[in-house]
Amino acid sequence: MQNEDYLKIADKKFQSRLFVGTGKFSSATLMKEAIKASGSELVTVALKRVDAQNEEDDLLNGLQNKHLNLLPNTSGVRNAKEAVFAAELAREALETNWVKLEIHPDPNYLLPDPVETLKATEKLVKKGFVVMPYIHADPVLCKRLEDIGVQCVMPLGAPIGTNKGLKTFDFLEIIIAQSTVPVIVDAGIGAPSHAAAAMEMGADAVLVNTAIAVSNNPVGMAKAFKKGVEAGREAYLASLANIQAKAEASSPLTSFLYE
Amino acid sequence: MSSFRDTFEKYPWTHVLESIMDKTSNDVIRALERPKPNQEDLKALIAPAAKPFLEEMAQKSSIITKKRFGNTMQMFAPMYLSNECQNICTYCGFSFTNKIPRRTLTDAEILEEVGYIKSKGFEHILLVTGEANATVGVSYLKNAIQLIRNHFSNISIEVQPLDQDEYELLIDEGLYAVLVYQETYHEMEYKKHHPKGKKSNFFYRLETPDRLGRAGVHKIGLGALFGLEDWRADSFFTALHLSYLKKTYWRTKFSISFPRLRPFSGGLEPKVAMTDRDLVQLICAYRLFDEDVELSISTRENEKFRDHIVNLGITSMSAESKTNPGGYVVDKQSLDQFEISDERPTEEIATMLRNQGIDVVWKDWENNWAK
Repeated sequence: MQNEDYLKIADKKFQSRLFVGTGKFSSATLMKEAIKASGSELVTVALKRVDAQNEEDDLLNGLQNKHLNLLPNTSGVRNAKEAVFAAELAREALETNWVKLEIHPDPNYLLPDPVETLKATEKLVKKGFVVMPYIHADPVLCKRLEDIGVQCVMPLGAPIGTNKGLKTFDFLEIIIAQSTVPVIVDAGIGAPSHAAAAMEMGADAVLVNTAIAVSNNPVGMAKAFKKGVEAGREAYLASLANIQAKAEASSPLTSFLYE
Repeated sequence: MSSFRDTFEKYPWTHVLESIMDKTSNDVIRALERPKPNQEDLKALIAPAAKPFLEEMAQKSSIITKKRFGNTMQMFAPMYLSNECQNICTYCGFSFTNKIPRRTLTDAEILEEVGYIKSKGFEHILLVTGEANATVGVSYLKNAIQLIRNHFSNISIEVQPLDQDEYELLIDEGLYAVLVYQETYHEMEYKKHHPKGKKSNFFYRLETPDRLGRAGVHKIGLGALFGLEDWRADSFFTALHLSYLKKTYWRTKFSISFPRLRPFSGGLEPKVAMTDRDLVQLICAYRLFDEDVELSISTRENEKFRDHIVNLGITSMSAESKTNPGGYVVDKQSLDQFEISDERPTEEIATMLRNQGIDVVWKDWENNWAK
């Protein structure tokens, strides 16, 4: 049964709002099982890990599934020039014009370079790519990217791989409030409760990798994330009750004025 | 121009060594509790005082490594291109005064070796030479990179130190990483072990990673050759070097290797022994000190040791290595630089890793896009 609530990016519709990364798994088989359990319909693949000329490439073979869309990422590139080249290679190798733009010249925290990302996005959009940029939770940058023509934005919740959760909460709120394209919270989501919190806030989807891949039970954790994302989404749609700063007194003190 | 030398000269060797040896178990406990251990914490973690904490360090190191690198192991193979060398290094089989047949691979021979290494699945390759500028200078290296770059995704070299513009030239051709081990950070001992040749210039070697950083190389490999001097002090200096480089060249990645002196014909006995326990302690200490640095282990180490340390913090390893030019196919009998210890075929190493729940990564780079 098709769910009425779907996410649309460019020309594609997604029932699942959980996107999954394919790095760090202990085997291609486990990765495949975890992705299946997550219900995800969009998985990211690092182009540098793919050996497109090798028909026995474990990573790609593990992802052969008609329900699964592959989103190549440009992980490893350090500037706009390299990113554009990588995107073109990915388009050729994986036969998709979708690209997750990751430009992190710093190899340790893998923090995205806003200047190069903006430059690369301009070029890639002109070349007909569906660009999904990985960026800081920077509301102004999000609007600038939107102006250029991205199909979504992917602000980070915390430094990638840290499992620290939504450290950028206040800025994500602003981004979600302002955005006219889907907002996908990427990086730092370490627990299903973090994913739920992002979805409750109104994020359109989340991307999770390390927390699933490095878990003691990736399949179990993938299921848990699926539920977390669904719970958060439903809560958002149902509108969370406002948090009360204090209890409402049962016997108001000023009601006599209105008697 | 500023370089690591400015930092290095503020740390007298004897002072460093004494302060490591003086660390107490309280210092170790504090280091283990610290989310981001600092330099003094690292000293405690490599000190004799940390020996009773080895299991705890290993557990922590394993968790941190998995979180940062996943359940993966990057594979690479060395390819020796030449054993010609103008240097005298007291511990090396290729040393100038050793009477061995010298050989430098021709283009056709390089491609023969490439064919074999590729057939084993390797996508990351490390080119190794001695230091003989007339035969294996920059133009030879440039030609070798051009020859092999369409066969491998990722190319590293471990050759003589070069100037910045020479590195820039090779990076343009597709070079990804350069490994340059200081051997020892003890200036006097260094001079004793490298009495002749360009390598005898301690500071030119010490400043090589600075030249590499300025040239914009993707990755720099550091290390000390254990056995020449006290491994604890040398390891501290390696970490000091790493910390300096990380701050200065923030776009560059780093790796550390752990070569222990291995026997070769007519070779030197280690002056300072480093036991398996010591090496495990060091690997874990580095991982606790730096979550991001790649830690690499070669076939110098034996099977049992390698089988066990793959879960302790190591992120890349070689397999089935030959340390002689042409050693895979062209000239299997030529003399090794040193004896390797783990001689198992690549397939067997891959199976060993998979059995431990580690995904074997052959390819993790595209050398085309960075050209």
